[in-house]
Amino acid sequence: MRLGLLLVAGVGYLLPAALSSYQTFEFTQVFIYAVALLGLNILIGYNGQFSLGHGAFYAIGAYTTAIMTTRWDIPYGWAIIAAGALSLVVGFLFGLPALRFEGLYLALATFALALATPQVLKYFDTWTGGSQGIVLDKPSVPLGLPISADQYLYYLSLTVLVILLLLAHNLLRGRAGRAITAIRDNPIAAEAMGVNAALYKSLTFGVSAMYTGIAGALGALAVAFVAPDTFSAFLSINFLVGSVVGGVASISGAIFGGAFIEFVPTYAQEISRAAPWAIFGLTLIIFMYVMPTGVAGLIRRVAAALARSMASEQPAPDSQTAAAEAAEGNRGSARAVLGKPD
Amino acid sequence: MVRRSRRPNVPRKIVLFALGIALILGLHVKTAWAQDPGVTATEIKIGNTAPYSGPASAYGTILKTVAAYFRKVNDEGGINGRKINFISYDDSYSPPKTYEMTRKLVEQDHVLLDFAPLGTPPNTAIWKYMNQHQVPQLFVLTGASKWGDPKGHPWTMGWQPTYYSEASVYAHYVLDHIPHAKIGILYQNDDYGKDYLAGFEDGLAAQGRRLIVNRQSYEVTDPRIDSQIVNLKNSGANVFVNITTPKFAAMAIRKVHEIGWRPVQFLNNVSASVGAVLKPAGFEASKGVMTGIFGKDPSDPMWKDDPAMKRYYAFLQRYNPAADPKDAFNAVGYSVAQTLVYVLKRSGNNLSRANIMREAANIRDLNLPLLMSGIMINTSPTDFYPIKQLQLAKFNGQRWEPFGTVYAGAINRQALVQ
Repeated sequence: MRLGLLLVAGVGYLLPAALSSYQTFEFTQVFIYAVALLGLNILIGYNGQFSLGHGAFYAIGAYTTAIMTTRWDIPYGWAIIAAGALSLVVGFLFGLPALRFEGLYLALATFALALATPQVLKYFDTWTGGSQGIVLDKPSVPLGLPISADQYLYYLSLTVLVILLLLAHNLLRGRAGRAITAIRDNPIAAEAMGVNAALYKSLTFGVSAMYTGIAGALGALAVAFVAPDTFSAFLSINFLVGSVVGGVASISGAIFGGAFIEFVPTYAQEISRAAPWAIFGLTLIIFMYVMPTGVAGLIRRVAAALARSMASEQPAPDSQTAAAEAAEGNRGSARAVLGKPD
Repeated sequence: MVRRSRRPNVPRKIVLFALGIALILGLHVKTAWAQDPGVTATEIKIGNTAPYSGPASAYGTILKTVAAYFRKVNDEGGINGRKINFISYDDSYSPPKTYEMTRKLVEQDHVLLDFAPLGTPPNTAIWKYMNQHQVPQLFVLTGASKWGDPKGHPWTMGWQPTYYSEASVYAHYVLDHIPHAKIGILYQNDDYGKDYLAGFEDGLAAQGRRLIVNRQSYEVTDPRIDSQIVNLKNSGANVFVNITTPKFAAMAIRKVHEIGWRPVQFLNNVSASVGAVLKPAGFEASKGVMTGIFGKDPSDPMWKDDPAMKRYYAFLQRYNPAADPKDAFNAVGYSVAQTLVYVLKRSGNNLSRANIMREAANIRDLNLPLLMSGIMINTSPTDFYPIKQLQLAKFNGQRWEPFGTVYAGAINRQALVQ
């Protein structure tokens, strides 16, 4: 994990030198989606709760940033933090009643949230600017750094992503993480062991919403415009697609998922102008068929297979086999979540 | 030969030096004359974004007809020998997607300009970007009144009459032709409705505004608007201004008729569809309703022998046979494409972005074949609203019947101040 993270961060920080400004923007979007998907992965993959409504939290983050920076002239850094905090609170509060719903029913409740979002945004038009939306100022490059505004946004998003990746890693590895996954794997056993399932489920929903809210804040800054049409129910579905394609019970999967929802629709348009969504759907089916546990799952499987073959050729140190087994186990639980929506 | 060439050794150095200077100067001159991206000796690259998928995909047909029209232009030899390469991306009416696709068009595809991007929120998302990068955002397809702002946004220009313009025409008509008017207004409570309302009130001017006896609004989520209609009737109004989207427009016209109210009715052009509004409202109930139009309605049998309409039908059959020629959206695509072709032809070989904006801002009395006669496209460096005039038409129980003269709509100065 640490090694992978270092690799991603290293490549990520060097990449803009080789990219055009449009590509820089594309990768910025990938990182922003990755932050949002990370939140969704924590919820779906590790806690076993479904959400078809994370677009709503993305909208909360985006509008918080837009309103704070344009109406109150608050620096965007604070706006990002406020966006995360507000999403956390709203997510936690939404998680409380949502606890009564399980599996598919929760998915429907959150889907209602996604459907309502654009209309709610239009309704409060004195704040949100109605369907005309709000135009933001792009953050200017600080400290006179010799980079473009696009590159600055790229580094900002990448840095936020790396921080949030570390945070997610630490959260899930610790005591709280064990409680969260225990609730997913067997809620009754978890409660019997003293885990406060209700509290942890709401908290997980809150944290997940916080991640997506922060992504929304970054998204608003990157595009420099928010409007209700941005946050249609399709956005939430897209998040779910990215989460599953990337690998739902994994942290690194968020990055692959982000890349998928950023690049595949565009390439689908290049392949066929007439039916891009058919191409997108086909790609999705192929992905699910070839990698039922997502891109991250495939990588883990390949890594595990490599480790096993190395172990059979030469007596491997115990730790390596253990790691391979742990990876296998992880994959198994991911599959259990996907296959058993109870 | 050899001797002669060896002798003027020094002059040759001078010549080389001079050549070098000339080359540098030449390069300099060349950069000064450098062509903006998107233009070669054989091609003009034009970008666009439109909703081909998603909830607003019905509008996509406009741009399909635009693409078809450019194919026709290319088949006929192109523009000054250059073929149009039209790149149109799907943005699903989602502003961030529009922004992303527009950046792709400008930075990766290197288009000369962005032509007829569709929708108010999508265009708002790229407004700043286009003007910062000085790429024309030409003839945007939205009815909002903010696009004609040559001072603040010199690279963006509208095309169709704005809601504001249209409503001011109704106000002028009321002032001119309806003595003792008592006006009742029903409007949708959002940006679109308020844009119309502002145009109508400003069109009446301060003293005329007293003529408004009642304003009723509804939310787009409301199931019915019966009580609003009853309130308007009870207010004693004898003029009914109907600023509603198609579903509500049909309900309103029907209800007005049912309760025996007989006001002079104005219906906004947004809902002027015979099939989608007047038919469900009832042709009897719709008789006498007025609206403002700028284009010939291709579904109207009135035009069946019109040579321009015949050419339009023939064009669609050949270049876009999947499209329904009766759909007025296709006529819009046809006309807006012709406007761009006109501007490109006028620009000649000076196809720089700045020159194209100059030509777009100097159109004089251009009447396109599918516009009502008398409706002229006019622009100037201070007027970025190409179509401002409207022809009033009255529904005669079967179709819209144009009457009276062409009215000039007002420009929303207020919107520009904000």
